[in-house]
Amino acid sequence: MTAKIASLPMILTASVVFAGGTVWTFVYSFTDSGLLPRLRFVGLDQYERLWSTRRWLVSIENLFIYGVCMLVFSLVIGFVLAALLDQKIRFENTFRTIFLYPFALSFIVTGLVWQWLLNPDFGIQGVVQGLGWTSFDFDPLYDPDIVIYGILIAALWQSTGLVMCLMLAGLRGIDEDIWKAARVDGIPMWRTYVFIVIPMLRPVLVTALVIIASGIVKVYDLVVAQTSGGPGIASEVPAKYVYDMMFSSQNLGQGFAASTMMLLSVLIVLIPWAYLEFGKKKHG
Amino acid sequence: MRYRLSAAVLAAGVAFPLAAQATDLEVTHWWTSGGEAAAVAELAKAFDATGNKWIDGAIAGSGNTARPVMISRITGGDPMGATQFNHGRQTEELIEAGLMRDVTKVAEEQGWVDIVKPASLLDSCTVDGKIYCVPINIHSWEWLWLSNKAFEDAGVEVPTNWDEFVAAAPALKEAGKVPLAIGGQPWQAGGAFRVLVTGIGGPDLYEKVYGDKDADAAGGPEMAKVFDAVEDMREMSAGSNVQDWNQATNLVITGQAGGQIMGDWAQGEFQIAGQVAGEDYSCLPGLGVNEAISTGGDAFYFPTLDDETESAAQLELASVMLDPKTQVAFNLKKGSLPVRGDVDLEAANDCMRKGLDILARGDIVSSGEQLMNQDSLNQINDLIAEFLATPDMTTEAAQERFVDIVASAK
Amino acid sequence: MDNTVSADLRDLDTSGPSGPRPRRTFSRRNIFLYGTLLVIALYYLLPLYVMVVTSLKGMPEIRLGNIFAPPVDVTFAPWVKAWSQACTGLNCDGLSRGFWNSVRITVPSVVLSIAIASVNGYALANWRFKGAETFFTILIFGAFIPYQVMLYPIVILLREMGLYGSLWGLVIVHCIFGMPILTLLFRNYFTSLPEELFKAGRVDGAGFWGIYLRIMVPMSLPIFVVALIIQVTGIWNDFLFGVVYTRPDTYPMTVQLNNIVNSVQGVKEYNVNMAATLLTGLVPLAIYFASGRFFVRGIAAGAVKG
Repeated sequence: MTAKIASLPMILTASVVFAGGTVWTFVYSFTDSGLLPRLRFVGLDQYERLWSTRRWLVSIENLFIYGVCMLVFSLVIGFVLAALLDQKIRFENTFRTIFLYPFALSFIVTGLVWQWLLNPDFGIQGVVQGLGWTSFDFDPLYDPDIVIYGILIAALWQSTGLVMCLMLAGLRGIDEDIWKAARVDGIPMWRTYVFIVIPMLRPVLVTALVIIASGIVKVYDLVVAQTSGGPGIASEVPAKYVYDMMFSSQNLGQGFAASTMMLLSVLIVLIPWAYLEFGKKKHG
Repeated sequence: MRYRLSAAVLAAGVAFPLAAQATDLEVTHWWTSGGEAAAVAELAKAFDATGNKWIDGAIAGSGNTARPVMISRITGGDPMGATQFNHGRQTEELIEAGLMRDVTKVAEEQGWVDIVKPASLLDSCTVDGKIYCVPINIHSWEWLWLSNKAFEDAGVEVPTNWDEFVAAAPALKEAGKVPLAIGGQPWQAGGAFRVLVTGIGGPDLYEKVYGDKDADAAGGPEMAKVFDAVEDMREMSAGSNVQDWNQATNLVITGQAGGQIMGDWAQGEFQIAGQVAGEDYSCLPGLGVNEAISTGGDAFYFPTLDDETESAAQLELASVMLDPKTQVAFNLKKGSLPVRGDVDLEAANDCMRKGLDILARGDIVSSGEQLMNQDSLNQINDLIAEFLATPDMTTEAAQERFVDIVASAK
Repeated sequence: MDNTVSADLRDLDTSGPSGPRPRRTFSRRNIFLYGTLLVIALYYLLPLYVMVVTSLKGMPEIRLGNIFAPPVDVTFAPWVKAWSQACTGLNCDGLSRGFWNSVRITVPSVVLSIAIASVNGYALANWRFKGAETFFTILIFGAFIPYQVMLYPIVILLREMGLYGSLWGLVIVHCIFGMPILTLLFRNYFTSLPEELFKAGRVDGAGFWGIYLRIMVPMSLPIFVVALIIQVTGIWNDFLFGVVYTRPDTYPMTVQLNNIVNSVQGVKEYNVNMAATLLTGLVPLAIYFASGRFFVRGIAAGAVKG
């Protein structure tokens, strides 16, 4: 009973704010709300417009590429860094802070700095060419085909540190005896990591996954600062579409329709996961 | 106190019947750069002179950052005393919801209808015959800024109109310059496009397409010519590789680019770099083809307040903003043109004078924001930005999509 | 790594091993290890280098230049300007203006949100009441809702609660939006702890709060540090909620940072931008560094044995 009372803030947040807010958004996505929310229903108009807008389609495609790369690279890099730091090295605190510090900087500035570094004229490309390697070609931000990878580089720089910290916390929670046992049995270190440690880290991995994934879905500031969605509309993302619709175009209804689509796709992933996660427990 | 106050009010040239008490009034706006803040300081100084106090609530990042804040505060029941908005159609809903104060009373007393030039500025503040805002300045988009140095380096004459500019592009390219600099943000593409519509297609076509949302005109042969010019723009702007408008302006200032299509605020950048109009750079209003400028700008709105003292102060602020002295002081700092035809800007430079002359001649069009809602304008921005970044997109395809947007525009 | 005593000593150490070390410092393994770490560290440090260098240059030098070049004339003017002179509209006292407001917002928000979330996580991991899983799933779902979408509903909510514009309103907002990730963080960490600990506590007669305070919290320092990192960074850097849900006299310093970095019209002063960013980032950075010593291995092992 105490547990339930102690969880009251969570219950209220979940039911009133998140569930309530989502329903609210869903309802208003069928209206023609402009600057202010108002209940004047227009059926599926907002959704029809959404799916016939090229910018939205480009956004979805970009989010997919960005999302897959971000998940894979964040987890792999974050884990490798954590494993390296967990080797009882000297200056662990210093290295950890170096890998983590980008997380303290706002996305706007991260975007700005990487916009400079990747600028073809005076950034990395310009400097390398200046050193004599004139055919050196590294210009992701102004090439519509690869611009999303330019954003990915900055995003990884900013956020892998946190994933590393999470993994490190997980590794530090693992019983020292397990390492000793593995060593006694003569199991090579990499095998210990892959077959014993990673399965034990599953809960932390899930946490990391959710943090990365929610960051992916919400990616906005970085794109604004680095490319403003350009060149053209080549690096647009869904969250930017939502925000621009709500606050620049003052078409709340369209913004709500777009965010409903985003939330719907989150649900499609989340519900099977919840079944798996909780279904299992009831048997065990 | 009462006596000193009313004396100050009278001194400011305001005959004000309400015996107002002094109070603090919070004013929100998004003017935060050096010149902008200096201009706001002029407004604050004038308002403080009435005995009231201007509490500054500045939020940077253009309307997109500031607007949610303002709207949340107004709808959350904690409104500010006054707030900036681009005049145009942004606030219609707030007015309809009864959240904005009607200032018709002051406007009638002071005869704003006769003072404010062009009249369209006041029209944009008017809903159902009532006036809800004070227009404070005029900004125009229709300028082509040219670097004299770039053309000198390329060995060609500084062009006097768009066609000469296009003809000079190959020479500029040969000299290793970007003929036309343009930042990557879609609003810049969309703005430059509107300038081409007015300049190449003419003010009539512009009013038809943006004002009347005439899909036939948008799909017609006149408009096709404009799209051909946009194609020229695409070729000429390749390799700009900058995002912000002032980075693009910087390319012009340093002679790395031939020119840029940008609003009159670009002039501030030339001034800061110590360049002189006519010597270091040239300006062609309306691309040197159709010399007309649009008259957009900023305006202040007054949310409905419960407190009577504050409400009275709002009216005082409204009248101070249109005061001739405030208008001159504010606009010189801001680099924009005053909304009163009867004040003199002695300090204006060459390019500003050109603008004033055009204004006096009455060769004006309404701004995009006054004619079309932001939603449709943004769709056009996206389209043009995509066109400029996609070399294999045809003008026909672009025009077709343009017609769709215009047809569904509001 | 050959005897338990030295391993335990190392565990208690804060900056790295100080006990007897293996003699072959330059073993192939170590060269590989430190080599890799150094190379990666360079990738992480390059942008910082650019930021620091830029913040020490004057504007003319930046306009001319190579972003990697060290400053010819070192100037601290951008730092001074960012801290005490940069203007928000008419108020020209720089980041210093909002610093204490930021502290006043961040401290209660961080403490309260972590307290709530860790209790949530603990209740979810160890007490599993009926319906808990449903609420938890909704909560995780909440992590994916773009903040801006919730802006207006929250305005209405706070208005009805009478908290709009107050500091506590803002603290509640931070607790709400921090809750999904933090709850997940704590729940999953607590689940990964050996269940025997919890059972032992029950056998000893400890109740809900007893087990939480005496067993769970002391065993979970690393995850509390991670939570601290996430919350301090998130709340300290938050601009949107700070500006929407408070009044101008309680604006956090990020409002000023935004005004410096985000000015759309007018000249961008990149050097001041960079100085302001670094200054704003100093507080989270200090927290990262100071809290690092709580990343200690072996607490779990020790508790099980003890």
